[in-house]
Amino acid sequence: MDLFEYQAKELFAKHGVPVLPGITADTPADAKAAAEKLATDVVVKAQVKAGGRGKAGGVKFATSPAEAEEKATAILGLDIKGHIVKRVLVTQASDIASEYYVSYLLDRANRTYLAMASSEGGMEIEQLAVERPEALARIPVDALAGVDAAKAAEIADAAKIPAEVRDQVIDILVKLWDTFVSEDATLVEVNPLVRTPDDKVIALDGKVSLDDNASFRHEDVFTAFADTSAVDPIEQAAKDKHLNYVKLDGTVGIIGNGAGLVMSTLDVVTYAGEQYGNQKPANFLDIGGGASAQVMADGLSIIFGDPSVKSVFVNIFGGITACDAVANGIVQAVELLGGELKHPIVVRLDGNNAEEGRRILDEAAIPGLERVDTMDGAAARVAQLAAVGA
Amino acid sequence: MAIFINESSKVIVQGITGGEGTKHTRRMVASGTNIVGGVNARKAGTDVDGIPVFATVAEAMDKTGADVSVIFVPAAFTKDAVMEAIDAKIPLAVVITEGVPVQDSAAFYAHAAATGTTRLIGPNCPGLISPGKSNVGIIPADITPPGRIGLVSKSGTLTYQMMYELRDFGFSSCIGIGGDPVIGTTHIDCLQAFQDDPETDAIVMIGEIGGDAEERAAAYIADNITKPVVGYVAGFTAPEGKTMGHAGAIVSGSSGTAEAKKEALEKVGVKVGKTPSETARLMADIMRSL
Repeated sequence: MDLFEYQAKELFAKHGVPVLPGITADTPADAKAAAEKLATDVVVKAQVKAGGRGKAGGVKFATSPAEAEEKATAILGLDIKGHIVKRVLVTQASDIASEYYVSYLLDRANRTYLAMASSEGGMEIEQLAVERPEALARIPVDALAGVDAAKAAEIADAAKIPAEVRDQVIDILVKLWDTFVSEDATLVEVNPLVRTPDDKVIALDGKVSLDDNASFRHEDVFTAFADTSAVDPIEQAAKDKHLNYVKLDGTVGIIGNGAGLVMSTLDVVTYAGEQYGNQKPANFLDIGGGASAQVMADGLSIIFGDPSVKSVFVNIFGGITACDAVANGIVQAVELLGGELKHPIVVRLDGNNAEEGRRILDEAAIPGLERVDTMDGAAARVAQLAAVGA
Repeated sequence: MAIFINESSKVIVQGITGGEGTKHTRRMVASGTNIVGGVNARKAGTDVDGIPVFATVAEAMDKTGADVSVIFVPAAFTKDAVMEAIDAKIPLAVVITEGVPVQDSAAFYAHAAATGTTRLIGPNCPGLISPGKSNVGIIPADITPPGRIGLVSKSGTLTYQMMYELRDFGFSSCIGIGGDPVIGTTHIDCLQAFQDDPETDAIVMIGEIGGDAEERAAAYIADNITKPVVGYVAGFTAPEGKTMGHAGAIVSGSSGTAEAKKEALEKVGVKVGKTPSETARLMADIMRSL
């Protein structure tokens, strides 16, 4: 789960990383009240999970509560890279002498962690990495040893952090590591980490991604920070039924068992769809190994609830769960849905006990349900049906 | 021969008394795997279908001579179970459990790397099978007979699909390495093992979006692998920034795309199929020509 800036800063504060006081606001009036409460010059910052907020006009300085209200009016509702701004953070403004960059992230390739740091923060880090790679220190962090004061000093020195603020930065690096580990993050980034004219070091912005697999250890954080407003309503309905679903923008509903097979199904349907007016998958839905009747019915009802769907591809490779069980599940699922199919379904059953599974489907003779026994052939048929239905 | 497991592998099951552990222990036994014990500290001294349950991995190894552990414990307890297996110096630990926090995986991978005595496979993987010899994990044993193709894959059901499509040729070993961001055994490890295995003639490699494991495998193939390799990559049409089922299957910005992986593989002479079936046909052509 990616966090908003204000959420990242809440976690920073919890672990002792210095941040400036701030208050979130969902309306211009609330932004004004927030500025009154802070009683200082403020910065009004769009809260969206996208970079480049400043360039998009999503970060503005205000010297009075009235001006904060005005700036919030301009920012709320902005479209920043496809994200509509629904909330702003009104935060105390700061004088800046220089800007640094620090982050910890999961390094998949080396199966460990990486600390990145630079005394040239502020700009987009991808840009810095390309234009001045020598200015961006990359220090591997051992997963078991972590970051203590000595390791933090190594990172700070590699980043050429000036002597006057070195101790503060080292302390912040240790506390950010504590944030990274305690909160089960996969990314903790501060850009910029600023040095004020009076040599205070403050995390002025923050980006944190948390590991969804670790949510069971952090139920409070995941519940408090869940961004329900941004979730597609069909995705939310699928989530409520514990289905592994991702909404896409095509017309062919997809159900399969196993993440790799479903990803592959999306590709095969897209290729086949090129022959039929560029029909594309409407979703990713992995119903897992079990494929019980109830799960199949839940999956079908979610897909039938998507108004852009014109046809449905059920792509099953019978492994541990044999195809006859899956076929029975499909037949029962159709009964659970009232016996009527809203859109044509193409079923491909292969693998464990496929012949018996196919026989069960043939015998049920469900109107609108066809079976095609190869993945490529079934993909072509379902794309054709979507084109006819469109 | 085959790789990592064979007819002389002695396997213990960590989590043998849990629902999944018991179910898959029975399946593994039925497919001829030599399961010599299970581990559960609270149920030590009991048995599952006559298979003795021990308190610790170390005790199970001591009493049975086990050299492989397969781990079915829930995600919250997986780190401790894997750490215990590594401390007991078991040569191979196969972690089936899905949903393991990545910091736990990074910790046990680091511990295994530092210790140097345990190969980890997984987590979030279906395990591995050397058909007719041994089956460790949840791969159905009856999809394919033994043969001379080696298979390494990030995905479970795509593994099964490929085994099924190429069942007329059969497989030496099929390894599901898992779809998590941090995994113990990589494509490269399996490619090298297949290269060194006299019972393997050709290799199918299945990848998917996310990370750069396939690109690194491509570079490795260019320098080290002389046996023919056919590839498949899932997720060409996956949208950026969305996790597709597997925790590691995500395109981030312009990195981790299927297109980049395909290009990297083709550049070093690996034939890459557009669909699983086409991939199987490419491999069938190679097997016929050998």
